[in-house]
Amino acid sequence: MSDSTVAVSGAQAEGAHSGHHEHPPYQRHHFETIEQQMDATSFAMWLFLLTEIMFFGGLFTAYLIYRNWYYPAFVAGSHQLNIFWGTANTAVLITSSFTMAMGVWCAQTRRKGGLVLSLCLTLLLGLVFLGIKSIEYSEKIEKHHVPGFHYSLRSFTDPASDPEIYDQYHDKPLALDMARHTEMYFGLYFAMTGMHALHMIIGCAILGYLIFRAQAGDYTTGHVTFVENFGLYWHFVDIIWIFLFPLLYLISRHG
Amino acid sequence: MSSSTIVSLPDQSTARIPKVNFITKENGLLSWLLTGDHKRIAMLYLASITFFFAIGGALAGLIRLELLTPQSDLMATDTYNKVFTMHGVVMIFLFLVPSVPATLGNFLIPLMIGAKDLALPKINLLSWYLYVAGGILVLYTMAAGGVDTGWTFTTPLSTHYLNTNVLSTGIAIFIAGFSSIFTGLNFIVTIHKMRAPGMTWFRLPLFVWSHYAASILMVLGTPVLAIALVLVILERTMGIGVFDAAKGGDPILFQHLFWFYSHPAVYIMILPGMGVISEVISTFSRKRVFGYTAVAFSSVAIAVFGFFVWEHHMFIMGVSSYSTLVFSLLTMLVAVPSAIKIFNWSFTLYKGSITFETPMLYAFGFMGLFTIGGLTGVFLGTTGTDIHLTETYFIVAHFHFVMVGGMLMAFLSGIHFWWPKMTGRMYPEKISQLAALITFIGFNFTFFPQFILGTLGMPRRYAAYPAEFQVLNVFSTAGATILGVGYLLPILYLTWSLRYGEIAGSNPWQATGLEWQIQSPPLTENFPEIPIVDHDAYDYDWLERKHEREREVTSV
Repeated sequence: MSDSTVAVSGAQAEGAHSGHHEHPPYQRHHFETIEQQMDATSFAMWLFLLTEIMFFGGLFTAYLIYRNWYYPAFVAGSHQLNIFWGTANTAVLITSSFTMAMGVWCAQTRRKGGLVLSLCLTLLLGLVFLGIKSIEYSEKIEKHHVPGFHYSLRSFTDPASDPEIYDQYHDKPLALDMARHTEMYFGLYFAMTGMHALHMIIGCAILGYLIFRAQAGDYTTGHVTFVENFGLYWHFVDIIWIFLFPLLYLISRHG
Repeated sequence: MSSSTIVSLPDQSTARIPKVNFITKENGLLSWLLTGDHKRIAMLYLASITFFFAIGGALAGLIRLELLTPQSDLMATDTYNKVFTMHGVVMIFLFLVPSVPATLGNFLIPLMIGAKDLALPKINLLSWYLYVAGGILVLYTMAAGGVDTGWTFTTPLSTHYLNTNVLSTGIAIFIAGFSSIFTGLNFIVTIHKMRAPGMTWFRLPLFVWSHYAASILMVLGTPVLAIALVLVILERTMGIGVFDAAKGGDPILFQHLFWFYSHPAVYIMILPGMGVISEVISTFSRKRVFGYTAVAFSSVAIAVFGFFVWEHHMFIMGVSSYSTLVFSLLTMLVAVPSAIKIFNWSFTLYKGSITFETPMLYAFGFMGLFTIGGLTGVFLGTTGTDIHLTETYFIVAHFHFVMVGGMLMAFLSGIHFWWPKMTGRMYPEKISQLAALITFIGFNFTFFPQFILGTLGMPRRYAAYPAEFQVLNVFSTAGATILGVGYLLPILYLTWSLRYGEIAGSNPWQATGLEWQIQSPPLTENFPEIPIVDHDAYDYDWLERKHEREREVTSV
């Protein structure tokens, strides 16, 4: 134990946060330095993303278990998904992650015009994603593939009745027992993509706010943490899709 | 020093509460509702959890009253189901989970580590609002006729067979869960990034360590509960089939998801309480906590092991007997870090200068009752005995020994211990010692008979029971009445003390934590200057030296 001359009496040195030393206007008062603030907030964001992983983890667990149990139903179910729109949406999201990354870079290099443009593009792509998703959902509604709402087994017990899909995959009819498990596939499909879409909607709302503040020049004077942290969120939602897309659309597809 | 008390108060004729402090800084309702100050948010939490504790307690009173007689006569059986469900929901999600962390933890962690606030004050405030929103939804549920799934939302009962307010309760817990996530997240970030210069990890008070461990559980566990509830809601509204055996779903999957959170949740509830006990035992024995490092790591060990024992809630649900073996073993392993704590607290007492102020009395209550609660947990973790004892009153008694005997005692201990810091005034010592005693006696009368009832085979969750169980049930209900008095007293005299209590001064217990070296109640940003820490936690010699220096300065 060293001798305790200053003990808890405090740091008299001028380095401490006292008196009139300057700090940027966006530094919150309870932080000692701006580095501490940036460190703390980005750490918090990563932790939040960790909770999101646990949240989606529950859904992925359910998916993996039931896929193992009811493999034929999951294959038949995935054949119903529209690969064209799915791929298009993947491209849209990856592009939006690029524009988001550009936005963060613009904020860091203090380019206001570039930041606003990137954020607007990101928002636009996000909305395109949601639009495409709604096209896909409406296809499912038309075919009565929404669990609980007059769910129809016809496409699975009698695949030939659904020529568009049948011509592509030549699925054999499923026994009634197995066909009924397709409802579970679509249940998980809606739960997983729905939760993802909900995150997209929240993201788009925050983007609107960011654009508003960016226009006022709030993020191009060195205060980049908010934009950076939102970028992390956006990329995270993107990554969730990167897992959803193969699990739901691709891995059960045999040409 | 052989006095029977360590309390040292300033001269009451001259002492004043500091004019400027976090309570007087600003006035008006809005200054509280929009505050970012962790201490004010802690006070908001304290008021709201006390409110919900009163509701949960009243429901417990109704349960005990119904069980006074073997017949179901006070209320209809499905009303009884609703009452015990609401008791569980309110007490677990709205009282036990936030009790110590959101009040004492919120108030003290920044003070203990030498920070001006938690890292994310707005998120902290948001967490309180989420808590209130969840609470209001629970109140709505009660007004709308309640819910009778049991607090565990067991599927398919909750998804298919009940026509009660499962949705609003589910959404309420979902929202309150986010309040807990944000509290935990805030603590982790704060403890990592906001420590004062010199406050190394192994100089942190054990209170901070145990909150860190609990926060890990909150952050990793609660989202899984959230998704489990989302799936229950989707199952109920859309029938997506994941928990519906008729569609090929498996209700047991719900059990896995639910207990993946809800078992760690009991450690979320107990760990912060253990932190309180470490501080109190050390202060009133005038000794550094024995085996500081072991106690610190045992908190983390509980957090880690706690994630791998959930299946012991499912031994009777037809899970594989090989996995029950593994989970049984892991369950017993959790007893090890808990025992490390109990042993180290006992060694701290050994040859300490023990005094018996109220917080210490509650701490003794904790040690005894938690040990009983913990050891009966080992009985239940043993697969053979579990099959006999689970779903009986034995498990009710076990859980209440840990949660009420353990956590609630720790909560009251902590509230009394830090009351002078939070309010600047002392609670009345004699009556509070009496209250601690009443609580202890009432508790044992209430819950010990339930162990016997359980081994005799009385099942839980029924409004009626065979007449031969009546004597023990009457004991239990009588005990609950005493316990009720024990809880009412602190609410009354603590409120009284807000105005009439003695002025406490900055350090009435002569404790070593940073929080005791500043004025009570503290300033809005806690420290006029950020302290530099050059001593370990619980270093009473350091405190002596500090006092000597201060005396020298004043005599010169």
